Amino acid sequence: MSNSKPVLSSSLGRKLIMSLTGIFLCTFLIVHLIGNLQLFKNDEGYAFNNYAYFMTHFTPIKVVSYLLYASIVIHAVYALVLSIRNKAARPVNYAQFDGKANSTWNSRNMGILGTVLLVFIATHMQNFWWKYHNDQVPYIEYQTDLATGNTTSRVLEASEFNDYQVTVDNDVETVKARDLYKQVDFAFQNPLVVGFYVLAMAALAFHLIHGFKSAFQTIGVSHKKYVPIIEFIGVWGFGVIIPIGFALMPLYFYFIK
Amino acid sequence: MAQHMNLTLKVWRQKNDKTKGQFVTIQAKDIADDMSFLEMLDVVNEDLTRLGEDPIYFDHDCREGICGMCSLVINGRPHGPKYGITTCQLHMRSFHDGQTIVIEPWRAAAFPVLKDLAVDRTSFDRIQQAGGYVNINTGGVPDANTIPIPKRIADEAFEAATCIGCGACVAACKNASAMLFVSAKISQFALLPQGQTERYERAQAMVDQMDAEGFGNCTNTGACEAECPKGIKLSNIARMNREYFTAKFFREEDVHTHN
Ligand code: SF4
Ligand code: FES
Repeated sequence: MSNSKPVLSSSLGRKLIMSLTGIFLCTFLIVHLIGNLQLFKNDEGYAFNNYAYFMTHFTPIKVVSYLLYASIVIHAVYALVLSIRNKAARPVNYAQFDGKANSTWNSRNMGILGTVLLVFIATHMQNFWWKYHNDQVPYIEYQTDLATGNTTSRVLEASEFNDYQVTVDNDVETVKARDLYKQVDFAFQNPLVVGFYVLAMAALAFHLIHGFKSAFQTIGVSHKKYVPIIEFIGVWGFGVIIPIGFALMPLYFYFIK
Repeated sequence: MAQHMNLTLKVWRQKNDKTKGQFVTIQAKDIADDMSFLEMLDVVNEDLTRLGEDPIYFDHDCREGICGMCSLVINGRPHGPKYGITTCQLHMRSFHDGQTIVIEPWRAAAFPVLKDLAVDRTSFDRIQQAGGYVNINTGGVPDANTIPIPKRIADEAFEAATCIGCGACVAACKNASAMLFVSAKISQFALLPQGQTERYERAQAMVDQMDAEGFGNCTNTGACEAECPKGIKLSNIARMNREYFTAKFFREEDVHTHN
């Protein structure tokens, strides 16, 4: 008598890892989109920059963000491992293979779509995350008259900035912050960046139209009532609303701002 | 009257699993459109034999869609251009005069080519032997309906049991995954009272064997379900996963090794 193989070295175990990390990344997208909607506010980035500070300094969120980075890495590494094994499972390829007769293009090309997304994530983090964490973004000061609610802003020189700071004096609130909003505006003036972001969001749409429902299938969900709901959310939520919402951000800064 | 046609076949010829194969172009002349695809190959083979050449090896047995022996990837599709049938059920009227037909074997590491178009599917047998059975005392014939089973469940188990083990699911899958087959074999027992004794051992043992045979990992493309001649559903794979994860995370049963 011997024990069965450990779950994580089995095909199903590896698939489960893909599924769980994938779903976690999907939930992150919802939060990320809702938070970033503040970019559309016409407030010189007041709300967005405060939010950016909160997201990078509130401990529970920091913990979740490390889980998130880990999930991205694990999802990508397992995808690579599984792809290599899948390649080995068919050493000689078909001369003719009519994939479209039995499956969708995106379901067969999750690896390509995922690679586009991985490059995107690296670029995206370099553009904003890295610059924000390494003092490579401009600084800004907001002064809000608490009586009237009017906010004015001015650019701060690096020498005038110590750290994020909120002070209230004489009914005037002063906020000194890193101006990530300006950095976003700056990055999205480059048509190449805008084009790449929009392309990446198209890849995201196709990745998730298959990926979201696929993750639940792997966990073992099969239910007459709930699977159609999952499929609906996968297509309309993660395949349409979320990618379009994100894609509108670079387009907004390029064409409208 | 049957229509007749001439076809150009590009057939995969391979001596054995040690040698490399290649495509050979063979003309199929005067093929009646009411022949089955296998009968067309019979005609071609008779010509080849008459010429003193080696006939094309291909698997077949029942020739009525129930044994699962016939295979062939025809123009990029397992069992040819139709859905829901085996190659022996494919008629030549699905092709037209002058057409070129590419014929390849199932391609998977776990299905090594024996010769030409015939592959070795004993990996499926070993998966079955690992857990695709129930231990019962046969005894006399039991009365019908002594164990009540809801019709819905009985139907679902029956549907899973219609899998003929042909391997088209593996052939169709871009990952050469056998999960549709294995899930059908697990489901047909997991659903029924008679299958409960070995239920969780079975899921673990069969999945382990499937992995050991070198089949790929399912990415839920659904190609298997679309190409399965028996319409085995993807929901079986979801069930297999449930069985396996339940066994792994919530049960602690050992798995016997059977060798
Ligand atoms: S699941 Fe379908 S395609 Fe796969 S072996 Fe069974 S009958 Fe053939
Ligand atoms: S020969 Fe038996 S199923 Fe085709």
